[in-house]
Amino acid sequence: MLESIDYTLINWSRAQFALTAMFHWIFVPLTLGLGFIVAFMETIYVKTGKEEWKRITKFWMKLFGINFAIGVATGIILEFEFGTNWSNYSWFVGDIFGAPLAIEGIMAFFLESTFIAVMFFGWGKVSKRFHLTATWLTAVGANLSALWILVANAWMQNPVGMKFNPETARNEMVNFWDVLFSGTAVSKFLHTTTSGFVLAAVFVVGISSWFLLKNRHQLFAKRSIIVASTFGIVASIILIGTGDSSAKDVAKYQPMKFAAMESVFEGKTNVPLIAVGLFGESPDENINKNSKEDFLFKVEVPGMLSFLAFSDFNAFVPGIKDLVLGNEKHGIMSFKEKIKRGYEAQQILKAFKAAKGVDEVEYQRLKAHFDDPVWVDNYFRYFGYGNYYSPDPTQLEENAFKIVPPISMTFYAFHIMVILGGHFLLLFILMLFLTIKGKIENMRWVLVIALWTIPLAYIASQAGWIVAEVGRQPWVIQDLMPTMTAVSKIDSASVMLTFWLFAVTFVGLAIAEIRIMIKQISIGPKEGGK
Amino acid sequence: MFETLSHLALQQYWWVIVSLLGALLVFLMFVQGGQTLIYTIGKTESERTILVNTLGRKWEFTFTTLVTFGGAFFASFPLFYSTSFGGAYWVWMIILFAFVIQAIAYEFRSRPNNFFGARTYEMFLFINGLLGTVLIGTAVGTFFTGSNFVVNSMNQSEWATPFYGLEAALNFHNLSLGLTVFFLARVLGLLYFLNSTNHPEIDSRARKHLIYNTIPFLVFFLTFVIWLLVRDGFAVDADGVVSMESFKYWHNLLAMPVVLLIFLLGVLAVLFGIGSELLKQTRKGIWFSGAGTVLTVLSLFFLAGFNGTSFYPSSYDLQSSLTIQNSSSSHFTLTAMSYVSLFVPFVVAYIWYVWKAINNRPIDEEEMNSDDLHVY
Ligand code: HDD
Ligand code: HEM
Ligand code: HEM
Repeated sequence: MLESIDYTLINWSRAQFALTAMFHWIFVPLTLGLGFIVAFMETIYVKTGKEEWKRITKFWMKLFGINFAIGVATGIILEFEFGTNWSNYSWFVGDIFGAPLAIEGIMAFFLESTFIAVMFFGWGKVSKRFHLTATWLTAVGANLSALWILVANAWMQNPVGMKFNPETARNEMVNFWDVLFSGTAVSKFLHTTTSGFVLAAVFVVGISSWFLLKNRHQLFAKRSIIVASTFGIVASIILIGTGDSSAKDVAKYQPMKFAAMESVFEGKTNVPLIAVGLFGESPDENINKNSKEDFLFKVEVPGMLSFLAFSDFNAFVPGIKDLVLGNEKHGIMSFKEKIKRGYEAQQILKAFKAAKGVDEVEYQRLKAHFDDPVWVDNYFRYFGYGNYYSPDPTQLEENAFKIVPPISMTFYAFHIMVILGGHFLLLFILMLFLTIKGKIENMRWVLVIALWTIPLAYIASQAGWIVAEVGRQPWVIQDLMPTMTAVSKIDSASVMLTFWLFAVTFVGLAIAEIRIMIKQISIGPKEGGK
Repeated sequence: MFETLSHLALQQYWWVIVSLLGALLVFLMFVQGGQTLIYTIGKTESERTILVNTLGRKWEFTFTTLVTFGGAFFASFPLFYSTSFGGAYWVWMIILFAFVIQAIAYEFRSRPNNFFGARTYEMFLFINGLLGTVLIGTAVGTFFTGSNFVVNSMNQSEWATPFYGLEAALNFHNLSLGLTVFFLARVLGLLYFLNSTNHPEIDSRARKHLIYNTIPFLVFFLTFVIWLLVRDGFAVDADGVVSMESFKYWHNLLAMPVVLLIFLLGVLAVLFGIGSELLKQTRKGIWFSGAGTVLTVLSLFFLAGFNGTSFYPSSYDLQSSLTIQNSSSSHFTLTAMSYVSLFVPFVVAYIWYVWKAINNRPIDEEEMNSDDLHVY
């Protein structure tokens, strides 16, 4: 079944989605966090009436506006792309997936775009209080935009609240609240928005440090540092906490992703966490039942991985091979078995379609499967695995090993994210302490580090998405739909062309945006409260 | 309360909502129309700044309406979303690019060190105004003329031409709708300038160009409508079998007198808005023509979707055609979404309130030189 797949088309479609999503994600986290930082600053202005705070607010607000515009420009691409490039996906799950996108438009985007107009054009036209409310609503609106799309994304990682309808050949929603409040959705929302807060705090702290290094606008810079690093400390703590709960969700619902994140080949109890590690031979080459991890060096925290996954130092963490080949002792069904079951589910759906209008009795009999919870739970649940079926056992095993995500990419991305998360928290604490003590100007090396932490925040943030999205390969919808069946049937040349069009456009936009940003920053806040 | 409605009633309710969003979108495309006129109406740098800024305070509404229109269509009629977007790839991609370049153009145009220079960003606005309107109009034209796709028993779709949607622009009937939308957007843009700026030269030029644009608008609009009423349409019977019926859309009008009424009211209001501006210089023309646009577009969507009609027909394989029944979301999802739709009046209310607060007086040169406000 794998032979008839057009991999060129799939790979270009994936590349295009990854490119556009990652580009969107360059701008979104700053919006999420800076919105609140600006709102805090304006609140201080309204409470104290000091023009200095208005100046501070307006400086950061201008940067917010520049960043926001490009975030909007890139967001619309993603929405269209679900239809243009993933049309089979859009049908298969549209009944569930479309809803959050629509709710996002109605509830969040309008809120954001309406009140952002007041933020920028309302000074002096509306009362101070109304203006402040608008700033807060913009920040809330931005985070609500994040809520709905993240609910959708969480649902792809952990599909709940739906039932397959063989008649329409798609999954249909049966419980909206299950979708909205699934544990995965909650951790994902909190983790992702707080990651945006941390990134924005790093941004503000870093730029303020630059002003201090240049001996410009010192009062402005120190005040900004105090607001941002306080916010950053609180956000970092939540970020780390929700990162931990995200990891627990992954261990539970996406054990293969979890194994890849830590490169665990053989399942064990009391598994250590690799704090830092470097691969010797790439673990991704030709994975088979004899593969094992090969680290040039690693630093381990004993028992920590078991704890991270299941809050128990002695818990068993299944490895990649346990998942593919099965492990009876720990009750783990092999991918090989799942493939067979998924294949059977697919065959029943096909037979059902063929019987329609031909053989009513057979039709009803087959239909009954989809209403039988035991069958759904034992067979339909593995529907997507069926695409890897082969009657030949060796081929089947080979195919089963194809359901392993890129390991080193997932591993490195995860570790980069976690290490940087620690770095940001320490930096915020240090900056806040030094600023309050009045010593920050003299600690030039701290200021330099703070400035250079800005790109690190972007790296951590992108790395997080790589863990989430690359780690779930080859699934678009965990266990139900592999990426290869999700694509639109168009010719790969068209997708290749649009990929390059996007790439060129993005390079142009990025250059323009970075130049404008740098210019605005170097102009600095205007004197005299304007 | 929505749970008790039949699936069909929910499908119709959602067709009305999607139509309403589409209608509002066409009205809000006065932004796009205005963008194509910046150089025609603004002869000096400061005049152009005024024009860009009057539009710049509204572009987000149009953009967000487009996004929401897409999202609502996805949620309520996902098979349309997957079939059309995934098949007419190139049309949607070009529309997409036209909106991507718009979204940054306002914010970047007047910023120092902006890499491409103000002219380029103004050109982006022009391209968006031209392609955005013509192609969206053309794409909606296929609701009446049909496209080339097949949908299989698993509801997976495939396009049957190698042009992936571009062929729609070669059909003159589609194109007549595209050009109608283009000139209508320009007319609305001019009416909007007259309403929201305070500048004698802009005023007199806008009035002159109002006449120039109304004429082609009427020519294309009449071409589209007359052709529509006499052409064969895609009829669906009670069993969902699709067949061609002559004078289908004319029959639809007669079968749904309310729609006929909405259509006539809409057309009259558009004309009244233009006329009042030309004869009496009221500054209020945009409201009449805008409301008229909403009504007219609404009636066209109703003609496409109701009374046993396929709203997204396949001329390649008739039985693949999409109707509001065979392409919709499940009863559950439509119900859930219907509750969400109750937010819409609330959203409209705060937009209205904010619009009033920001547009409390027409923009003039003095405001553009203010230091306190954000200027594009
Ligand atoms: C500034 C960025 C940043 C930082 C410092 C961290 N994260 Fe993170 N992480 C993200 C930014 C991020 C993200 C971009 O927001 C992701 C991508 C997808 C998601 O849900 O959030 C993410 C995903 C993500 C996932 C995958 C979730 C999934 O697959 O659905 C896990 C397990 C963690 N994170 C865990 C952590 C831990 C234990 C951290 C400890 C410090 C941590 N993250 C710091
Ligand atoms: C904005 C942050 C995001 C980033 C940086 C990101 C990153 C990526 C990457 C790197 C890929 C390619 C993976 C691969 O195929 O190797 C990808 C694919 C994909 N992502 Fe995300 N993602 C983001 C958000 C989302 C969200 C919110 C959704 C859904 C709601 C989503 C849905 C998808 C889909 C449908 C694909 C294509 C299928 C695939 O290749 O697996 N992504 N994304
Ligand atoms: C892959 C799926 C995604 C889609 C389809 C998508 C869609 C969109 C669209 C259409 C816009 C423009 C809205 C407007 O008209 O104002 C937008 C902007 C935005 N999106 Fe996304 N988005 C995706 C991923 C994400 C993620 C993962 C987040 C946050 C966690 C996010 C948060 C935002 C925010 C805050 C904005 C406002 C503009 C900005 O901040 O730059 N989006 N998105």
